[in-house]
Amino acid sequence: MSNRFTWFNTTSLTLGFVFLYLPILILVFFSFNESRLVTVWGGFSTKWYAELFKDEAFLDAALVTLRVALVSATMATILGTLAAVVMVRAGRFRGRTLFSGMIYAPLVMPEVITGLSLLLLFVSMGIDRGFWTITMAHITFSMCYAAVVVSSRMVTFDSSLEEAATDLGCTPFQSFIKVTLPIMAPAIISAWLLSFTLSLDDLVIASFTSGPGATTLPMKIYSQVRLGVTPKINALSTILILIVTMGVITASILTKRTEARRKEDERMAES
Amino acid sequence: MNTSSAKKPSARFAPWDNPDEKPLVRFKNVTKRFGSFTAIDDISLDIYEREFFALLGPSGCGKTTMMRMLAGFETPSEGIISLGDDDIGAVPPYKRPVNMMFQSYALFPHMTVEANIAFGLKQDKWPKNLIAERVEEMLSLVQLRKFAKRKPHQLSGGQRQRVALARSLAKKPKLLLLDEPLGALDKKLREQTQFELMDIQEKLGMTFVIVTHDQEEAMTVASRIAVMDDGKIMQVATPEVIYEYPNSRYVADFIGDVNIIEGRLDHKTEEGIQLAWAEGEPEIKIANNASRSENENACFAIRPEKVHVTRDEPQGVDNKIKGQIDDIAYVGNLSTYHVRLSNGMIFKAQESNIRRLANREFTWEDHVWLSWRSTAGVLLD
Repeated sequence: MSNRFTWFNTTSLTLGFVFLYLPILILVFFSFNESRLVTVWGGFSTKWYAELFKDEAFLDAALVTLRVALVSATMATILGTLAAVVMVRAGRFRGRTLFSGMIYAPLVMPEVITGLSLLLLFVSMGIDRGFWTITMAHITFSMCYAAVVVSSRMVTFDSSLEEAATDLGCTPFQSFIKVTLPIMAPAIISAWLLSFTLSLDDLVIASFTSGPGATTLPMKIYSQVRLGVTPKINALSTILILIVTMGVITASILTKRTEARRKEDERMAES
Repeated sequence: MNTSSAKKPSARFAPWDNPDEKPLVRFKNVTKRFGSFTAIDDISLDIYEREFFALLGPSGCGKTTMMRMLAGFETPSEGIISLGDDDIGAVPPYKRPVNMMFQSYALFPHMTVEANIAFGLKQDKWPKNLIAERVEEMLSLVQLRKFAKRKPHQLSGGQRQRVALARSLAKKPKLLLLDEPLGALDKKLREQTQFELMDIQEKLGMTFVIVTHDQEEAMTVASRIAVMDDGKIMQVATPEVIYEYPNSRYVADFIGDVNIIEGRLDHKTEEGIQLAWAEGEPEIKIANNASRSENENACFAIRPEKVHVTRDEPQGVDNKIKGQIDDIAYVGNLSTYHVRLSNGMIFKAQESNIRRLANREFTWEDHVWLSWRSTAGVLLD
């Protein structure tokens, strides 16, 4: 046990973490830079954060992003859950492999192609591009992720639970609502979170499907960077990193706690 | 729990022998096909009120399909299933006065024990105070009152099994279905729970149908057993009849251990008939069997525990055969001797070990005599 931290192990660990986190640390560090120039240190300041919250364009973009993410994550989770239920429950039918393949295919489809195809669709249908086209585009691709997350849990779902509910007087719909959904809730929530994050992150598909007046945050950042990086972007990125980190930490604390509770429960059951 | 071994009330319970008795459940020429596979093949069967009825057979024999048709999860392809006066063939499970206890227990993991038991009552819109009363009653019936607030994963296997039982009993179904209810329990607990099940069934006066592949379980709990094979019912009778008078080689073989000797019938008399089975060996005398005639081919079936093993030639017995001990299976209370007969056949005989086996009476390669009474075995086709 005492040999765990040999110089070799320590060095590889350090190198690995430096490679992963050094760029991010630099980004955070320079967000507190007094100077206008991103790469030159001019003293500590939080003025870029203040500037950021005064910039209406950024705030608008943030609002659009949030709304797109909320709506698309919710829709994608609903549709993805339905798809997962059918794929897992329907058993064998003609073309089942084709259908399940088609659900998974968009996961590996290059984003550029997804974006382009959606753009062509919206143009040919004469739909004005804006908030709803971005949302629809996000629903289409994040729905696949949601379906995968939900169906992987659905496979292990004991269908005799639903039968038990029907046996005790529930119609099939009632048993789905009262038994299946609550048990599937963790998977559905993680599907929603995943869809939400995917939507927040997306730059490529949003660029293809957005129109005037609907700019998402990643698009805004990207366009700003092309005009020159200001510490304001650093500040914004730092805030995003903070939000994501808090999310991850909360999620892992929650999982740990349920795990601990389960262990405790099992001990209780044994005694 | 009180494990009273009095299985039947003192007055013999046998509604199936009474032609005036109306069955609670009636299968009439029921066939169930899944695609081209016939799971149930033209079965007719009556189950009476207050019976503890067992469907017994190997996996794939159709017993589970029978139960699922009773619960409403499958509909018969042909034929009629009636409960009381109603044809229930097409009635969905949530409209049947039938409840089921699942093999996996199927307890709702997101609900407490209490909520699990109350689930069906809430679904039926019972008033709140009656639900609470009924849940309380069920919890004391299965002795789990202390565990009312626990979730299923906080319970041991035996406790979960009892919650599942309480939940399926709560709605006072006309018929309770038990799908391999004790399969997940270890042997000791299983035996104890069998008696508990019988007690509960008797106390509530309900009709139970149990599906099991465990013949000992079926013999212990059931008032009658239907032995199934390949979508057909081979025999329906009380455990005693199934064991002592199996109607076919399949049933004789499936329930317990049996020696089967093939031969040709001969020497029919008032007392019985004889079976010629090997050159140079005395014929086997079998009592009764008036319906049999000479020169028919037949099988003689006899249970190992009805065969005696002795070193010296027994006197005044109906049947005796000489053999040599090939193997001895010692399981503590019993020893099963595998005795090789002159024609090479292995014949099993069982003796209970009344004395401690400090010095075994017999050992391998010993020459012994097997003997049994003429009423000990049965003739089968």
